[in-house]
Amino acid sequence: MSPADPGGGRGDEAASAAAWAHVEVSRHPDRPYSLDLVQRCLDDFIELHGDRQGGDDAAVVIGLARLSGQPLAVVANQKGRTLEERGKRNFGMAHPEGYRKAQRLFTLAGRLQLPVVSFIDTPGAYPGVAAEERGQAWAIAQTLEAQLALPTPYLAVVIGEGGSGGALATLLADAVLVLEHAFLSVASPEAAAAILFRDAGRKQQAAAALRLEAANLLEWGIADEIVPEPPGGAHTDWDGTGRLLRPRLEARLKELTERGFDPARRRERYRRLDGLFSA
Amino acid sequence: MAISPAYARPQSTEAAFTCGACKGTFPRAQAAGNLYVCPGCDAHSRISAHERVRQLADRGSFEEWDGELAGRDRLGFVDTKPYVDRLQEARERQGLPDAILSGSASIEGRPVGLASFDFGFLGGSLSTAVGERLARAIERSADERRPFVCVTSSGGARMQEGVFSLMQMAKSVAALHRLAETHVPFISILADPTMGGSIASFAALGDVILAEPKAMIGFTGARVITQATYEQLPAGFQTSEFHHARGLIDQVVDRRQLRTVLGRLLAVLGAQTSEDARRLA
Repeated sequence: MSPADPGGGRGDEAASAAAWAHVEVSRHPDRPYSLDLVQRCLDDFIELHGDRQGGDDAAVVIGLARLSGQPLAVVANQKGRTLEERGKRNFGMAHPEGYRKAQRLFTLAGRLQLPVVSFIDTPGAYPGVAAEERGQAWAIAQTLEAQLALPTPYLAVVIGEGGSGGALATLLADAVLVLEHAFLSVASPEAAAAILFRDAGRKQQAAAALRLEAANLLEWGIADEIVPEPPGGAHTDWDGTGRLLRPRLEARLKELTERGFDPARRRERYRRLDGLFSA
Repeated sequence: MAISPAYARPQSTEAAFTCGACKGTFPRAQAAGNLYVCPGCDAHSRISAHERVRQLADRGSFEEWDGELAGRDRLGFVDTKPYVDRLQEARERQGLPDAILSGSASIEGRPVGLASFDFGFLGGSLSTAVGERLARAIERSADERRPFVCVTSSGGARMQEGVFSLMQMAKSVAALHRLAETHVPFISILADPTMGGSIASFAALGDVILAEPKAMIGFTGARVITQATYEQLPAGFQTSEFHHARGLIDQVVDRRQLRTVLGRLLAVLGAQTSEDARRLA
């Protein structure tokens, strides 16, 4: 950082406004949610239900589909659009059963040798008493482990909000795509502001300081590709968003299935990700 | 930056120890002799990483690993003060390059890889340097067939490192795979507090999970839950005992028994780290 640019200039009003605009687009109520994009980018989607341990969390959707004829396993965070559906989907915030449902999908994919595609769009794991009582942290940790052991090709797409550990539970793929106005963050800007400034109202400043715009993820090597959205953003044109995303999924999946596959390489990617230390 | 390793560094030079729970005051020597468990009310106070190692490792057995490993301010982060200043102050105060201490040691005569978080260093939060030192300790333990013992006391992610902090959860879990591959055990000890990204990654993945009494453990902190949901919190919410009752922690162990319990565990698990493991593999 140059002296003329203390803190990367992240504290100033323009940076705050720009970062906040990014967050608002990613959360736009008309933005396509996972199933809207599954419908436009994948073929023959068949939803499966349940974690096989007594729960079926609607904040996480799993299923089977095809892309360019290739059978796939799919896991997605799902937000609701109507008041009723928002309640049912819990605003895309999963309980432990949702993460265990994802684990079930990873197990199924390994057993049947199916590549996995994940769609990420969650404010984060649900912050509630029942979630804690049933082992929210343990469920997320085990899902991280399941992803790094998955013996098949794995592609992740961040389509909206990628909040915290809840997002990481379906992000640790061989290739990570991020829609132009999506973001990935260590905490929601509101939560980060509450921690850093003891004032959730300073969310814009926190968003800027966290530098959570999608383009940074590419620069830092966390994402492999930023997928452009239609002019005006994905919320203005769902079909257009699907038309831009689908060929990128096809290309990445083809690349992953053809280049030969080794889960050890995925573990190495996440082991060395920050690139700050040579082993 | 030169960091002078400050092994067995005292927590404080003050002559008196005041318990944070009952506010009782005791001579420091008495508190230290009781492993900083309050002589009056048995509350387990938070201790530094150096003090933890001093309590657990056989005398003179600890040899530090990666003692110079320090991170940097990747985001140019400023909140109420610059992150670089926070780091510098913490380094000087805690005598560590970041919020974790690691090395080889023996416990009750059994060799281990040992890591301990330092809550006094920015809340024991997961920076890239902490994640790296943890991952290296895990991998070296696997390579040297030492059971890995980690004492966590961490608020979770370090906000000032943004998404890089988040990715340390993935890094630590990726490293743990090496222990699984080599059949080397991981004993995870949860001390007050173990929250957020720390419990939602490596700390929850111990083959055996122990916790100190009344430690706060959970994904989302109680204050945030109350603000987000207005829910009533049940009695004892997110304590060690709460999680133990729900099958998430194997044993709640008083600090004064911890070395003994570890010694017994290591005696049983030790067979899995030597010839037997190779024969079974």
